[in-house]
Amino acid sequence: MFDSRQRVIVFVFILVAFTMLARLFYMQVIDDSYKEAAANISLQRIVEYPYRGIIYDRKGRICVYNVPVYDVMVLPKEVKKNMDTLRFCSLFTITKEEFIKTMTAARTYSKVKPSPFIKQLSHTEFARIQDQLIDFPGFFISPRTVRGYDHPSMGVALGYIGEISAGKLDKLKAEGNNYYRSGDYIGIAGLENFYEEQLRGKRGVKFMMVDVNGIQKGHYKDGVFDTAAIRGENLHTSVDLELQKFGEELMINKKGSIICIDPKTGEILAMVSSPTYDPNLLRGREFSKNYMALQRDPLKPLFNRALMAPYPPGSIFKTLQALTALQEGVMDSNMTWPCVQDVVHCHPHPNPCNLRQSIQWSCNPYYLQVYRRIINQHVSGNTFLDTRIGYDKWHQYISSFGIGKKLGIDMPSEKKGILRTIAYYDRIYGEKHWKYSNVYSLSIGQGELGLSPLHMANMACILANRGYYYTPHFVRKIGDKGQPLPQYLERHQTMIRPEHFEAIVTGMKWAVLQGTVWSQARMKTVEICGKTGTAQNPHGKDHSIFICFAPKDNPKIAVATVVENSGFGGFVAAPIATLMVEKYLNDTISRQNLYKHMLTRDFIHKDTTEDGKGREAGKNH
Amino acid sequence: MARDEKLVKTIDLPLLFIYLTLLFMGWITIYASELDVNADTNAWDLNISSGRQLLFIGTSSILIILIMATDYKFYDVFSYFIFGAILLVLVAVLGIGKTVAGSKSWLGVGSFGVQPSEFAKFATSLALAKYLSNPLIRLDRWPDLNRALAIIAVPAILILLQNDTGSTLVFSAFVIPLFREGLPAWIPNLGVGVVFLFVLTLIIPEAWLLGAIGLLAVVFFFLIDKTINNIIALVVIALVVCGVVIGANFFINDVLQPHQQNRIKVLVNPNIDPLGVGWNVTQSKNAIGSGGFLGKGYLQGTQTKFDFVPEQSTDFIFCTIGEEFGFLGSILVCGLFLGMLWRLVYLADRQKMKFSRVYGYCVAAILFFHFTINIGMTVGLLPVIGIPLPFISYGGSSLWSFTILLFIFLKLDAHRGQMLAREAA
Repeated sequence: MFDSRQRVIVFVFILVAFTMLARLFYMQVIDDSYKEAAANISLQRIVEYPYRGIIYDRKGRICVYNVPVYDVMVLPKEVKKNMDTLRFCSLFTITKEEFIKTMTAARTYSKVKPSPFIKQLSHTEFARIQDQLIDFPGFFISPRTVRGYDHPSMGVALGYIGEISAGKLDKLKAEGNNYYRSGDYIGIAGLENFYEEQLRGKRGVKFMMVDVNGIQKGHYKDGVFDTAAIRGENLHTSVDLELQKFGEELMINKKGSIICIDPKTGEILAMVSSPTYDPNLLRGREFSKNYMALQRDPLKPLFNRALMAPYPPGSIFKTLQALTALQEGVMDSNMTWPCVQDVVHCHPHPNPCNLRQSIQWSCNPYYLQVYRRIINQHVSGNTFLDTRIGYDKWHQYISSFGIGKKLGIDMPSEKKGILRTIAYYDRIYGEKHWKYSNVYSLSIGQGELGLSPLHMANMACILANRGYYYTPHFVRKIGDKGQPLPQYLERHQTMIRPEHFEAIVTGMKWAVLQGTVWSQARMKTVEICGKTGTAQNPHGKDHSIFICFAPKDNPKIAVATVVENSGFGGFVAAPIATLMVEKYLNDTISRQNLYKHMLTRDFIHKDTTEDGKGREAGKNH
Repeated sequence: MARDEKLVKTIDLPLLFIYLTLLFMGWITIYASELDVNADTNAWDLNISSGRQLLFIGTSSILIILIMATDYKFYDVFSYFIFGAILLVLVAVLGIGKTVAGSKSWLGVGSFGVQPSEFAKFATSLALAKYLSNPLIRLDRWPDLNRALAIIAVPAILILLQNDTGSTLVFSAFVIPLFREGLPAWIPNLGVGVVFLFVLTLIIPEAWLLGAIGLLAVVFFFLIDKTINNIIALVVIALVVCGVVIGANFFINDVLQPHQQNRIKVLVNPNIDPLGVGWNVTQSKNAIGSGGFLGKGYLQGTQTKFDFVPEQSTDFIFCTIGEEFGFLGSILVCGLFLGMLWRLVYLADRQKMKFSRVYGYCVAAILFFHFTINIGMTVGLLPVIGIPLPFISYGGSSLWSFTILLFIFLKLDAHRGQMLAREAA
């Protein structure tokens, strides 16, 4: 009997041991859910944000850098109940209500995970509170970086970064871009936006082991699953920061733009959109407040006029009309035409003009004739049909100058401007119901035509290069040893052969020396070729426009200037442009009186019309 | 010295080997379970548990020498005396004991403390063995059985009064030596049946269970011979079973304290107390389950080290083994314990003296109970009852008491040749 009882007992021992082993086999070998659960609670995925790339100007001066800021974080679990709230509030200059509100929010989020308590303390603020923070257990400092600027310039060009919006996040997700997470910073405007992917670098991930209180205990598996953050690429822009500042200074109290481009490469040397804003306003803790203020400003400082505001080009457009006519062979450079003001007005000047003089004096009737010859080449007996054929051909020429389309600058929000197609006129007047008399204002750059200052600057480049351009761009090197984006190395040929430029370039030289340009704006040392324009503005005083390049041979800079509501091109836009040329080529300003005079001009707050007086009759110079 | 040499030859080497292996595993696992990766410590550091455990192992070897040096007849002769002394200490603990973690079970001088309840296990084993060694005792007779049960019940009740439920339950293990020595089989069978019903009441709502029992009774009614006796028996059994179910429900919901209720309910519903008992069991299972087949490697565990698992060096020490050594570690631990139990039973049955045999079964039963409850608790099969894993868990009192328990038997076994067969096995 006892023998069988021994066996029963041994059997029970074996049964229990194997039950345990079976259970353990299931838990440890078959069921993976425990492994996941264990990994979830003991591993913390920590994102390491890379350093955002720095932006330099063409001479290696820093335009944008990173500034360390310090977020005060709170771990609610570790905050002592009896902490000196009053002292804490006075230390950080917050009210007790704010303290309670933030604390409640942090507690609601998590008691054992840190939440930001006070964001973006500066270095000096951090230094002030650093020692005292140890008296407040549960509060600690988490450093990160924001953008910093040593200068108040280049606001619209640089753009700004900010927390990604929920809408943007959804949009990117829909496009299959899963890089960003809520709370990430992203470039929102300007270069920060266009070069976001290059600037941001690549986020790194650390898997840290944490204990039950969420306190880090070292790298998981000694870090074999960690990826290092890759810092963003630095951007080397072609901007000359000194020239930029100089341009912004000249545009104080003026609405409008200046764009300077190196015509040989398409590199932008300066881009001013005035009124401008200090990029320092859109960083740090005051972002929202300042952004709203800028947004509400009636002068629209956030609006990048240089890329987004279309103007009728006015008389600067005559250069393209002449080039098109020459290339089409409907005229030659010796053609003379009397200044007969039956259709368009003009202003007093030597009469009649040849091509060079027509540019020098900006004769309107001359271009009425030039454009007529382009449009009506009598290839068809039907005037309407003939106009269609001529207009279409002209459209091709003008398009080849980059007008009416986005040039493709390395900035978001470029506008294509206005250049109408045949279809547009068909729609307005009916097919074969329009002819030259319907479109003749285009001859002198008025009417259905809109060019951004960038388009105008690009025109200046084409004239400087005698027929080609490179797409204007800011970034000449991505990374410290890099290249620009490939599209910026591609040369765009217009439809005009180089030999046709000579008469026009000479006319532009004379326009500056002894033409429509204000005599004070002339430069003795450098041969500047320029063309004035005065764009009619139905809402107020005319816009003053000027394009130029210098020197005449082997040009180094091309400039377009638009000053809104300031009247005649030769008197406001031209002197500003030539000052830019002088600053860039000579680095010093010899014409101090002109410089000081231009600084005092104010076209926003008071209407200074002295230059326009007596010239109102003859617009479109 | 001659005597010692003889001892080495006569001591059971397989059991000694398993004992030493478990001690070594315990020591390295205690070090792993509380390792602070940021602190510069070593396993010998007396400021940490593994260092102190080494000290306990050292003192255990002194105990072993003392046990082996004592005449083997001492344990037989003085068994009641030892039992009585321990009972006095247990009573004393109720008066002057220190309360640790809710149990008033510690007797201490300064920082040094022991748990007398741990030593009550071997003392009760000795007393039970002594009582049953009387050839006139027969367990199928109620008076004898009651006396045997009283020997077990008195220390158990004293320990229960210390509010140490876990250690009290250990005394139920003595059913195994009683069974071995002739306890009528229906008693353990009834126990198993009651436990089975008890578990069923946890899983199935009371009304359903009662309905099912009634249905079963009706089915049996058609199957059995319809004699009066059989029908009465069927009705009585059905009523008793229903009574057990109702009683079990009453016991769980109205007798047990809420924390004890949860320990039981959490077995069938781990979400019942996710931050209390449920937390412990969940974390324990995560730790063991995440070990996989080969384990994460020694000192590479995260769940135990980073305090997710509570009591990771004492009651939940098996989590660290499971996490760092995986299923292979589980096999090793279960294998060692099964080997030890098997060997103990084998050795017990070759004893010529009934006293030694009963004592051997008591040792096996106590170790078996600890092993079952402890592992069962960590893998979520059994309620959380805080009792240590023998020889592995950190703690001086438990290590000493298990060492004494085991080595008294090894001493008795070493002298089995010298013993007179007082009674045929």
